[in-house]
Amino acid sequence: MVTPNSISRESDLSGGEYKWGFVTEVEQDFAPQGLNEAIVRLISAKKDEPEWLLEWRLQAYRHWVKMTKDRGEPDWAMIEYPAIDYDNIYYYAAPKSSQTEAPKSLADVDPEMLATFEKLGIPLQEREKLAGVAIDAVFDSVSVATTYTEQLEKLGIIFCSFSEAVKNHPDLVKKYLGSVVPYSDNFFASLNSAVFSDGSFAYIPPGVRCPIELMTYFRMNAEGTGQFERTLIVADEGAYVSYLEGCTAPFRKTSQLHAAVVELVALKDGEIKYSTIQNWFPGTKEGEGGVYNFVTKRGICRGANSKISWTQVETGSAITWKYPSVILQGDDSVGEFYSVALANNHQQADTGTKMIHIGKNTKSTIVAKGISAGQGQNTYRGQVKIMPTAENAVNHTQCDSLLVGDRCGAHTVPYIEVRNPTAQLEHEASTSKVSDDQLFYLRARGISEEEAHHMIITGWSRDVIKELPFEFAMEAGQLLKVSLEGAVG
Amino acid sequence: MLQVTDLHAAVIGAEDAEILKSLSLTLNAGEVHAIMGPNGSGKSTFANVLMGRPDYVVNSGSVKFDGEDILEMVPDQRALRGMFLAFQYPAEIPGVRPWQFLKAALDARREFAGEDPLSVRNFSALFDGKVKDVGIDPDLVKRSLNEGFSGGEKKRHEMLQLEMLEPRLAILDETDSGLDVDALRIVAEGVNNLRSTERSFLIVTHYQRLLNYIKPDVVHILVDGRIVETGGADLAMAVENTGYEQFINAADD
Repeated sequence: MVTPNSISRESDLSGGEYKWGFVTEVEQDFAPQGLNEAIVRLISAKKDEPEWLLEWRLQAYRHWVKMTKDRGEPDWAMIEYPAIDYDNIYYYAAPKSSQTEAPKSLADVDPEMLATFEKLGIPLQEREKLAGVAIDAVFDSVSVATTYTEQLEKLGIIFCSFSEAVKNHPDLVKKYLGSVVPYSDNFFASLNSAVFSDGSFAYIPPGVRCPIELMTYFRMNAEGTGQFERTLIVADEGAYVSYLEGCTAPFRKTSQLHAAVVELVALKDGEIKYSTIQNWFPGTKEGEGGVYNFVTKRGICRGANSKISWTQVETGSAITWKYPSVILQGDDSVGEFYSVALANNHQQADTGTKMIHIGKNTKSTIVAKGISAGQGQNTYRGQVKIMPTAENAVNHTQCDSLLVGDRCGAHTVPYIEVRNPTAQLEHEASTSKVSDDQLFYLRARGISEEEAHHMIITGWSRDVIKELPFEFAMEAGQLLKVSLEGAVG
Repeated sequence: MLQVTDLHAAVIGAEDAEILKSLSLTLNAGEVHAIMGPNGSGKSTFANVLMGRPDYVVNSGSVKFDGEDILEMVPDQRALRGMFLAFQYPAEIPGVRPWQFLKAALDARREFAGEDPLSVRNFSALFDGKVKDVGIDPDLVKRSLNEGFSGGEKKRHEMLQLEMLEPRLAILDETDSGLDVDALRIVAEGVNNLRSTERSFLIVTHYQRLLNYIKPDVVHILVDGRIVETGGADLAMAVENTGYEQFINAADD
C-alpha cells in the first residue's frame, strides 16, 4: 500500500519494460505524514494563500472527513485494491531548491530538475525539439518551470502554475475554481480540494487562438507521497487552446496515490482540446506497486457553440479510475471523448466518460477502446444523459474491446438516460481478439510476431490516436508497444 | 530451391486425420510449377504448411528451402529467407494502411539482408509506381488493409505485395478463384513479369484457366494428399477436358 517505509530505495531494481522508472536524488521538503486540519493549513501557508482559498480547502477537508466516516471511497468501480491508509501518506513534497516563488527563468531552475525532465524526453530549454509547445513541469507537489510564458503573455494568454495563478490572478481562480468540480463532488475530488499542491492554470482571452500547444508534464518522484494536482483551463468567448498532459513516475514496489482534479470551462464559441498520455508506473509484472490513479476530470461547455474534446491514451497506473466528462450547457455545444485504455499484467482500468446534455442541439461523440492483456481488467463505464431541455440532442457512442491472450477481461457498462423524446442516440459495441489469421498474414510477409501484434493493436486504436497532436501520436504508438512487451508470444 | 520429401501434415488437434500423405516434389530455381487437384485434395493445406501457418502440424517428412530445413522456422523467418504466400483469403486488419504494412515488411526483409531500410521518399516512389502497374485504385491503398476490398481487389493487392517484396519463391494459393478475366490477366502478367532464372513459382489452382495465361514448366495433380501424376503443361489441358475423375480413380486403385 501507500507506505513510504516498507522498502527503502528501489532505484536499483530493474524497471522491466517501464523505462521511466528512475528516481531523482533531490532533497525534498516534506510536510509531516498524515492528514489533518493542520496539514491543510500548512500546505496553504507554504503557498502563502489568501484566506478564502484556505477556507475553501478546509470546507473540502471537513466534507472529506465526513465522507470517510459515512461511505468511504466509492465502491462501484470494477477495481480491487487493499484499503488505502490516508495517514500513511505525505501530502506535500517539494524539491528544496524550488521556493514558493517560482523560478524567474530557466536559468534559475535546479539543474537536477532540468536533467530529470531532459531524461524523460521533455527538454525544458525552449529551443529544443518540443519547440512550439509551452511546458509547465510539475515535480511532485510543485511546478518547477514553465516555458514560453512571456511570448504567451503578449497575446494575453495566461499559462502558469496553479500557485502562481492564485498569486497573480486571484479573481480568475476564485471565479472558476470548483465551478465545474465542486469540492463536494466525490471522495477523491474532496481530498484533492483539501490538499492540492500545484498544477497548471491556463486562461485564453476572448477571440484568441493559442498558437502553440500548452503542456503540463507531471512527474511523481518522492516515495510514499500522494500527488494531488489541480488544473484549471478557461477558454473565454471565441478562444481556442490545445492542451497536452503527460505523466510518469519512478519504479517502486509500494503504491502511490494520485488524485487529481481537472476543470475546463469553455465560454461562447470557445474550444478546448485536452490530450492526455497517462504513463504512471503500472506496477511490476507480479502486480506489486504502481500508481493508483483516481482522477476527476470534467469540462463545461458553458456558452453556445462551444466545444470540449478529451483524448486520452492510458497505458500506465496499477489502477485507473477516471471519467473525463462534458456538461453541454450551451446550445449547439459539442463534447467529444476519445480514449484508448490499456490494462496489461495486473493493471485495472475503469474508465469512460459522462456526457450531460442540457442545451439544445448539443452533440456528443464517444469513441472508447479498451485493450486487455496479461491478467489485465479493463472496464468502460460511460453515461449519456439527455435532460428535458436538450432538444435535438445527438450522441454517438462506439465502444470496442480487444483481448490479447485468455486470462484478461473486458467489461462494458453504459448508462443511458433520456428525458427528451427528440434525442438521437447510437451505441455500438464490439469485442474482438487479435486473430491468428491477422497475425499469420503479417508474419508471412516477414514481420515479427511482436511487431505484428503492435501493428494490429495500434491500427485498431487508430481512430483515437489520430485525434492526438502529431508528436503525441508518435509517443502514444511507442507507449502501446512498450506497455505490451512480454504480453504476446 | 524447394525440396519437399515425404511430407505428412494434419490440422492441429486432428493429427491422425492426415491431409497431406507422403507428398514429395522438387522445384528448381526459375521453374513454375502448378499444383492442381479437386476440392479437399490438400492443395491449400500444402501452400499453408510451406509458409508455416500455425493451424497445421507436420507429422513427418522434410521441407528444404535452399538446402535449409525450414519446418522448425516461424513464418516470418521463412518470409525473410525469400518465401511468399499469396493468400486465398487475405486477412482484414483495421487501421493498418497497406503503405505502412508493406514498408514494415520490406524494411524487415532489407534488414535481414543487411541492407538499410528505404527512405520514406524512395519507398513511396516505388510503392506508387507498383500500385499503378498492378492497376489498383489509389484510393484503395488509403483504406485499412483488405477492409472493404472486393475479392478482385484483394487479389490485386496480393500481387502488389508480390511485386514489392520480390520473393525468390512465390506460392499462389488459388489466387485465381473469384477473379474475372481482366483480374486474371493482371495476376498472370504480374507473375510473368517476375519470372526469372532466380525466381520460382508454385501455383495452386483448381481450374486450368489461369494456366492459359501462365505457362507452367511442370504440372502436379494432387489427390487425397498425394501427388498422383506429374507432367508438362499439357497435363493441365487433360484436366480441363476430362476433369479429375481419372486421377481420383487411379488413386483409388
